[in-house]
Amino acid sequence: MDVLARYEPIIEEYDAFRDACERPLPNVVRVNAIKATPERVVTAFEAADIGVSRRDWHPGVLEVDTAKPGNTWPYAHGWIHGQEEVSALPATVLDPDPGERVLDACAAPGSKASQLAALMDDTGTLVANDDNLGRLSALRSNCDRLGVTCAAVTNRDGRDFSTDRLGIDGFDAALVDAPCSCEGTIRKNPDALDNWSEGYLSHVAGTQKGILKRAVELTDPGGEVVYSTCTFAPEENEAVLDHVLSEADCELRPIELSLDSAPGVTEWQGETYDPSVERARRIYPHHNDTGGFFCAKLEVVA
Amino acid sequence: MRENDGSRFGKVPPTAAERDVDGRPSRAEIIEWWTERFGVAPETFAGFTFWEKGAGKIWAFHDDVPSPVEAESLGLAVMRVRQEHWKPTTDAAQRFGAAATENVIHLDEPDARAFLAGEDREIDWDGDWGYLLVTHDIAGASEPIGVGLYLHGELRSRVPKGRQRTL
Repeated sequence: MDVLARYEPIIEEYDAFRDACERPLPNVVRVNAIKATPERVVTAFEAADIGVSRRDWHPGVLEVDTAKPGNTWPYAHGWIHGQEEVSALPATVLDPDPGERVLDACAAPGSKASQLAALMDDTGTLVANDDNLGRLSALRSNCDRLGVTCAAVTNRDGRDFSTDRLGIDGFDAALVDAPCSCEGTIRKNPDALDNWSEGYLSHVAGTQKGILKRAVELTDPGGEVVYSTCTFAPEENEAVLDHVLSEADCELRPIELSLDSAPGVTEWQGETYDPSVERARRIYPHHNDTGGFFCAKLEVVA
Repeated sequence: MRENDGSRFGKVPPTAAERDVDGRPSRAEIIEWWTERFGVAPETFAGFTFWEKGAGKIWAFHDDVPSPVEAESLGLAVMRVRQEHWKPTTDAAQRFGAAATENVIHLDEPDARAFLAGEDREIDWDGDWGYLLVTHDIAGASEPIGVGLYLHGELRSRVPKGRQRTL
């Protein structure tokens, strides 16, 4: 089954999109600002004869000329984290401040949680939650290696998450990087679409709606909630936003990105969505030579 | 005096006089230990609160919230207490070790690689025996790698298995 063919009506330069999906991804790491600067990491890689090139849009995102960045001194010191380039996006869109109370509702394996912690200068309370016990050890070990001291890791269902017994009563900001069908990871995992089905889309979309709605409810008015997935399906993206816009007190806000992207779609297979979902951004693999991604920013209103 | 409830995070008392959980060290004692053993300035821990979960595992959290907290982890596990010799963790050595001035052993590159690989090596050291912070030079400056146990002329690597690497 050619899953990606269903997106031909909504993707400009569709052939370039399909070609890009066939190419492997570059090896990219993110510099952990809690422990190191990009300059120091570049110096260390070059001393080890590993080529490094920096990305214009983010000073801490480095392409490295090794398939095993985990076997280097910078990794052993917790200076870097192996993270696909486009997955560094949602934390920068949320851009939390030091001292804030921040929820990462689906945090495992910790790439974005540790990036949020770094953006908070590792100060404040970052609740890094995941309902999947099997992935929790990866979340904890990544946060530990990266020296994160502002995170409380929890193992609860994001759909009925509560701040009980955490010593806080709400959040200033939240990230919902939702579990999804992962279509956009096809360059990293060529078998990502093997078990794709419309039934799964419908099932996972229900979970996504529940987690996003709960994150909005837990965030104080004026606070922002970023929703992201690594999938192309409007059922898991704009349809989820449309649902939460009608169910919870929030509005979509525009996002300024220096990466190429396309606007959210307002019509899909006979459905129409709230016109403001156009403010979400779709990032396709042919745009910036990355994986596929979806990202939207909501503001909680009183 | 209450028994330690190892299933949740309890904040350590400010001083020994305010202790209400049996055997739990105070914030003052924890900071004093880092200062006396490793020369880490007390200001390094300003803004951090210390918590105990399990029997003797101490965590540093970079915020202050009411105790107790029920979570899988809270900040970074920084040391092991409730034993004769308190032991810093690898994560604490990396996160706070740059501020250390005493009981720091600096390795050359071959010894640093052996240490990271989890190997024990005979190394000359004139200072105290016991737990040392281990550093090497990288990118033009010294950087802590982890914790070693120095005994009888030998530095024993305490890098946890999952963190060991053969470079």
